[in-house]
Amino acid sequence: MYRILTKVFLTPNICRMEVEAPRLAKAARPGQFLIVRAEEKSERIPLTISDYDAAKGTVTIVTQMIGASSKEICAYEPGEAFADVVGPLGVPSDFIGMSPEELASQHFVFIAGGVGTAPVYPQVKWLHEHGAKTDVIIGARNRDLLIYVDEFRKVCDNLHICTDDGSEGFKGVGTAMLEKLVAEGAEFTRVVAIGPMIMMKFATLTAKKLGLPITVSLNSLMVDGTGMCGACRVTVGGKTRFVCVEGPEFDGYLVDFDEAMRRQTMYKAEEQHENEVFVVEPHVCKIGRG
Amino acid sequence: MAERIPRVPVREQDPRVRATNFDEVCYGYNEEEALLEASRCLNCKNPRCVTACPVGIKIPSFIERVAAGDFAGAAAKIAEDSSLPAICGRVCPQEPQCEGSCVLGVRFEPVAIGKLERFVADWNRENGAKGALSAVPSNGHKVAVIGSGPAGLACAADLAKLGYEVTVFEALHKAGGVLQYGIPEFRLPKEKVVAAEIDAVKSLGVKFETDVVVGRTVTVDSLFDEDGFDAVFIGSGAGLPKFMGIPGENLNGVFSANEFLTRNNLMKAYREDYHTPIHTGKKVVVVGGGNVAMDAARTALRLGAETTIVYRRTEKELPARAEEVHHAHEEGVEFSMLTNPVEILGDERGWVKGIRCIRMELGEPDESGRRSPVPVPGSEFDIETDSVIMSLGTCPNPLISKTTGGLDTNRKGCIVADEAGATTREGVFAGGDAVTGAATVILAMGAGRKAAAAIDNYIKNR
Repeated sequence: MYRILTKVFLTPNICRMEVEAPRLAKAARPGQFLIVRAEEKSERIPLTISDYDAAKGTVTIVTQMIGASSKEICAYEPGEAFADVVGPLGVPSDFIGMSPEELASQHFVFIAGGVGTAPVYPQVKWLHEHGAKTDVIIGARNRDLLIYVDEFRKVCDNLHICTDDGSEGFKGVGTAMLEKLVAEGAEFTRVVAIGPMIMMKFATLTAKKLGLPITVSLNSLMVDGTGMCGACRVTVGGKTRFVCVEGPEFDGYLVDFDEAMRRQTMYKAEEQHENEVFVVEPHVCKIGRG
Repeated sequence: MAERIPRVPVREQDPRVRATNFDEVCYGYNEEEALLEASRCLNCKNPRCVTACPVGIKIPSFIERVAAGDFAGAAAKIAEDSSLPAICGRVCPQEPQCEGSCVLGVRFEPVAIGKLERFVADWNRENGAKGALSAVPSNGHKVAVIGSGPAGLACAADLAKLGYEVTVFEALHKAGGVLQYGIPEFRLPKEKVVAAEIDAVKSLGVKFETDVVVGRTVTVDSLFDEDGFDAVFIGSGAGLPKFMGIPGENLNGVFSANEFLTRNNLMKAYREDYHTPIHTGKKVVVVGGGNVAMDAARTALRLGAETTIVYRRTEKELPARAEEVHHAHEEGVEFSMLTNPVEILGDERGWVKGIRCIRMELGEPDESGRRSPVPVPGSEFDIETDSVIMSLGTCPNPLISKTTGGLDTNRKGCIVADEAGATTREGVFAGGDAVTGAATVILAMGAGRKAAAAIDNYIKNR
């Protein structure tokens, strides 16, 4: 069993939890993900790893309540335990393999959208610790939905906040911010975009326009996460790849985003039924909301 | 000569009824039927059935005990060689193995060895006896077993009986491997049979750690260096699904048999109280002809879909067990033989609407001796369907081989191991589908047993 130590709602429907998983915490690297199964009858849900602490034996997960399963996960309280937390899954970010000289010559710009902001954090933290320069662009609909702002201030060189309604920072989307920064003379060497599939698609189009390489992190459907089911298959560079074992990060230029988005809707009809059958009482915790 | 007793037929659920539920198809023998069937065994001096059994169960000896009404004694006899009798009695391909070599089968029908094994195992479980299984004192050596499928379970059980402290690491959340995710409830009940036999292995002192993906959560190296294991057995199976590489395979509604069966078996999508979604639509086409294809087709049928199996050779060449093909027919699965898909057709929303196939005919025999199918030019036709399930076999998962130095694989990605299970890396042994590619439960168990003996030998002579 995997005990929950802390729980904070970062927004009314995004929840951060620190969970005991010693083996996983020791092995986790930036770019990887994990799978949670809340209890016996739950689905196996892939979630990003937002932080890990090998010494404490914990991992941090950030979950957005979308369907029955994510609501169920967010209804767990500290002291309770998930039936299963398995990982780390997928391949770590490729910059892990860079030499210190290479890292020192890099200037990464991250575009983080919505709940996708959370998995950007361990990447930026790692790069910061290893001497690479990073800019982070966080995008959200409005200021209340921004997450990880304080955390990023500590680990990135420049933080840029964008809101659709202009309630905080730049009024507009993250890709517009990227174009603005480049126009103002920023010399980035690589873009990393993590967020909703549609955001990553447009981030890739922008990166292409700017002539910058881009890495995206795909959040496909999956069951086992070890290459067994093939539910997560996606076309990259004309070839079928499995996100769970060959990803989740791919060269954005090569990803067939339209197919990837369509495949995300595979069980929509069945999930709607689930949502009607299983009503999880929304639990709104006020701790830590400031 | 007295009239010979015919092979005792086994009672089964009515095909029309069972096509709508996931309860076990076969009821198995009762005591009376088992006694009668056991009396047919000739108790040969040189029992060919034992030689034909990959784990060498002393078949005439256990059947002799059944015939005498000593069911506990029969169970103890089987337990000397197999730790999973209720499973093997159900899913072993007895036809080419023990029953296929039964002397009676030359002129009459062979003894129903599989059904008798199942009877003994079920009787033993239901009557509270545990056969010869109990923990033995530790010899102080630790062995890690990767994968809790048939190979891993057999290896772990044999090592535990020799006094080794065995930990089995399983990537999924339930132990059993293919017995959990692959074989459906209607052929192999999960709680009653699989969980019970795994509990029996646990009672030998074997520890199970689920949610550990070797190659990610831990590595073979860390099992030696950090966890202090003396040897490692890799029984990770052949988990990667194959696809055909034809257009339309990534349309919504195309699934690997692995995904479809895992959702239904491990994740219990067929049960209303589980949250797992599964998609069939009204019509399902299953591509392939093995046992997994039969399992997928019969599962889709039970979920309410009109189901057709598409296979490129004839029914005679189907690699599935005759019993499974027969059951699929009885339940109403359609068979479209000499048919090969060339493209999956999608609608404007990207969902499957049909599958384009070409008629095949059998040509010259290939290297395996089977007549290879060749397409009939211009014979393309479309089958309307809502889902396509690809059941074309699997290959070994590269997660372990890629993260373990000194472990050689062949060009198919299978781990290279000798007859006893020793790999190219010292202290690392392997067996089952990870070595052979997709095969059967019992062959994997046989490999697990051999490797256990080799591991014992290795540790003793280090």
